[in-house]
Amino acid sequence: MKPRSKRMMLVGGGVVLLVAAVALVLSAFQQNMVFFHTPSDVMEGKAPRGKTFRIGGLVESGSLQREADGFTVRFAITDTAQTIPVSYKGTLPDLFKEGKGAVVQGSLGPDGQFRATEVLAKHDENYMPPEAAHALEQAQKTADTVSQ
Amino acid sequence: MIPELGHFALVLALVLALIQAVLPLVGASRNNQSMMAVARPAAQGQFVFVTFAFACLTWAFINSDFSVQLVAVNSNSDTPLMYKITGVWGNHEGSLLLWAMSLSLWTVAVTVFSRHVPQVFLARVLGVLGCISVGFIAFMLVTSNPFDRLLPGAAEGRDLNPLLQDPGMIIHPPLLYMGYVGFSVAFAFAISALLSGRMDAAWARWSRPWTIAAWVFLTAGIMVGSAWAYYELGWGGWWFWDPVENASFMPWLLGTALIHSLAVTEKRGAFRSWTVLLAIGAFSLSLLGTFLVRSGVITSVHAFATDPARGMFILALLVLVIGVSLLLYAWRAPRLTGGGSFGLVSRETTLLGNNVLLAVVSASVLLGTLYPLFLDALNLGKISVGPPYFQAVFVPLMTPVVVLMMFGPYLRWKSDKVGTVVRRLAPAGIASIAIGFGTAFALDHLTWRTVLGLCLAAWVVLASLQLLGGRLRERAGASMSSRLSAIPAAWWGMWTAHFGVGIFIIGVTLVGSIDANLDLRMKAGDQAEFAGYSFSFKGVERIAGPNYDASRATIDLSRDGKPVAVLEPEKRVYRAMGMPMTEAALDIGPFRDVYVSLGEQLPEGDWVVSLHRKPFISWIWAGCILMALGGILAAADRRYRRLAERSAPAGAAQHAV
Repeated sequence: MKPRSKRMMLVGGGVVLLVAAVALVLSAFQQNMVFFHTPSDVMEGKAPRGKTFRIGGLVESGSLQREADGFTVRFAITDTAQTIPVSYKGTLPDLFKEGKGAVVQGSLGPDGQFRATEVLAKHDENYMPPEAAHALEQAQKTADTVSQ
Repeated sequence: MIPELGHFALVLALVLALIQAVLPLVGASRNNQSMMAVARPAAQGQFVFVTFAFACLTWAFINSDFSVQLVAVNSNSDTPLMYKITGVWGNHEGSLLLWAMSLSLWTVAVTVFSRHVPQVFLARVLGVLGCISVGFIAFMLVTSNPFDRLLPGAAEGRDLNPLLQDPGMIIHPPLLYMGYVGFSVAFAFAISALLSGRMDAAWARWSRPWTIAAWVFLTAGIMVGSAWAYYELGWGGWWFWDPVENASFMPWLLGTALIHSLAVTEKRGAFRSWTVLLAIGAFSLSLLGTFLVRSGVITSVHAFATDPARGMFILALLVLVIGVSLLLYAWRAPRLTGGGSFGLVSRETTLLGNNVLLAVVSASVLLGTLYPLFLDALNLGKISVGPPYFQAVFVPLMTPVVVLMMFGPYLRWKSDKVGTVVRRLAPAGIASIAIGFGTAFALDHLTWRTVLGLCLAAWVVLASLQLLGGRLRERAGASMSSRLSAIPAAWWGMWTAHFGVGIFIIGVTLVGSIDANLDLRMKAGDQAEFAGYSFSFKGVERIAGPNYDASRATIDLSRDGKPVAVLEPEKRVYRAMGMPMTEAALDIGPFRDVYVSLGEQLPEGDWVVSLHRKPFISWIWAGCILMALGGILAAADRRYRRLAERSAPAGAAQHAV
C-alpha cells in the first residue's frame, strides 16, 4: 500500500469511529435527560406519564407518614398552588424536613402518586434547591396573574 | 493586625506577579537578558508573600479571630484544631488563596528544577505562569478578599460545614489543587513553545515530568474525594457523576491523553500540534472546573460563592485564557508540520486512538455537565443528566481504550506487523474472555456489564504480566536483580499505572454488580442476618463530641458465630449550625467492606439502619494508588535528571524506554 492511501485509511477509519462515538453520545444524552416539572405542571398534565422526571417544592407540613417498616415514607410536595403526593422507600437525607425545600426524582403512577426513587440531599440547612425555589416562584407568578 | 499584614502581603504578591508576567515576556521577545533575569526572583518573592498571606489566614483561624469575616463564618472556638486549619480552605476565599499558593509553589519548583531549560524559553514559561497568577490574586483582592473584617467582631463563629469536618478533607483539597494548578505548568510550557516557535521534541521532554507530576496529584486528589464521598455521605456510593466530580474528572481525562501524547512528541516528534492543543485543553478544563465549582452555578457542598460578580470574574478569566491561547495556536500551529511519520500498525496509532477516545469521553462528560446549565441560563427549562447518561457513554467509549492500552506496549514505534502482535496477545485475550465469563457465571451474575468488566480486567492483568515476563526474558542469563534494575523507572511507571487500571476495573465491576444493601428498623436487642453476617444491635447512647452531640449505636458484627468487628455508626447534630450529619461505620477488608449507617429515629424509638456489603471496593482505591504510583515512577525517571545535568541534545533519551 502507498503511504498516501495508508494515511487515507487511517483518517477515514478515524472519522468513522468518531461519528459512531458522537452518535452514541447524543443518543445516550437524548434517552437520559431528566426533565424538571413543578407540581402545577404535573396537575395540568404537562409531565410525561411513565417516564422519569423531577419535581420540587416544599415538603408540606404535617404530610410525612411512615409505614410500619420504618423506611417506606409518604409525604407531599407543594409549590403552594398544587400538591403532589409522593411515596419513597429508603433512607431520607439528613436535611429532609417538613416545611423545607426538596427535590425528588421518580415517575408518576396511574393513581396520581409520585413514586420517588431518589430524594435529593441538600448540603446546607438554609439552602433551597434551585428547582424548588423555581417551582415556588412559578406558582406565585400564576397566583398573581389570576388575582389581577 | 495580622490579617491586615496578610492582606498587604497579597497586594505585594500581586505586584510581583505583574512584574513576573510582564518583564520576562517582553524581555524574551527583545532578547533582553536583564529583563528575563527578573523572572526567577520575582516568582520566588511572590511565593514568599503568598505563603505569608496563607500563614496569616491560618493564624486567624487557629486563634479563632472572629473579627475576620471568613473565620466567623467558617470556624468555631469548639472546632477541633485540625478542622480549624482545614477551615482555611473549606470556603470560597480561602480555597482561592490555596489555589494561588499552589500556583506559586509550582512556579518556584519550575525555577529550581528547570535550570537546564534555555533562558528565553524559561522566561516565557515563568511569564505565562505570572499572568495566571495575576488573574487569580486580582480575583481574590477584587471580589473575594479572605481578610475582610467583620466589625464589630462576632462573639462566636458559625463553624465549618460539618460535612467538611473529616480527615479526608484535610488532604483532598490540597491534592486536587496541586493537580489542577499543575496543569498550568504544562500549559505554560506549551504556550512558550508556541511563542518561541520552537516546536521540536525538546519542549515535550522538559514539560513531561511536570505534566506527569500534576496528573499524579490530580489522580490522588480525585481518589481521596471519592473515598470521602463513600464514607461521609452515608449512602455508600463512591462516584455520582455529580457536576463537581465531573469538573475534576474532565481535566484528568484530558491530562491522561496529554501525558501519552507528550510521550509520542518527545520520542517520535509526532502529534506536535495535538499535544499543544491538549495542554491548552487540560488547563482550560482545570479553570472551567474552578469556575463550575466556585461560582455557585452548581449547587453542592463545594459551591461557596453566591456572588454573581465572582462567577463573572472567573468566566472572564476563562474566556481570556482559552481565547488568547487558541488564537495563538491558530496563528502558530500551521508551522507545526512534519514530525515522525508512522504506519497504520504502530505504537503511535494505538496512542492516537486512545488520545482521540479520551478526548471524546471528556467532551461527552462536558456535554452532560454543561448542557443543563446552558438550558437553565437561557430559560429553556430545567433538566438534569444523571448517572445513566454517563454510564451509557463512558463504558462503550472506555472499553476500546482499555483494549488498545495493552496493545500499545507490545507494538513497535513507527511500524509493526499485525500478525506478530496478535499471535503474542491472542492467548491472553482468549484467556481473559474465558475468565470474564467464568467468573461472572461463578458469581451468578451474568449481565453484560459484569462480563465486560471482568473480561477487561483479566485482559489488563494478564497482558501486563506477560509484558513483564517478556521484558525480564530479554536479558536471559543475567541475575534476576540485574534484570530488574535494568528496566528504567519510566517503564515501571507505565507498567504499574496500567496494571492499576486493571485492579480499578475489578473493583468498579464487582461493587457495581454484587453489592448488597438492606434497610431495616432495629431497636436494642435486635439481630439481623444479612449477606452472611449477623448484626446485633446493642443500643444507642448519647455522646458529646467537641462541637457536636451524637447518638452512637453499637452494632456487633459477627460471622458464623465469630465476632468480626464492633461498628459504631453515629447520627450527629453539630451545635453551631444545628445541622444533622450521618457518620457511617465501616469494617474495611481486602475483599469487602461492611458498611453501616444510621437513618432516622422513628417516633417509637426504633432506628432505621442501613446495612451494606461492598465487595472489592478497596480495589478501586488500590487501583488509583497504583496509577498515581506509576506516575511518580515515570516522573522520577533518571533520564530527566540526567538531562537536567547535561542538557543533552534531542534523541539522547530515546534508548531509555
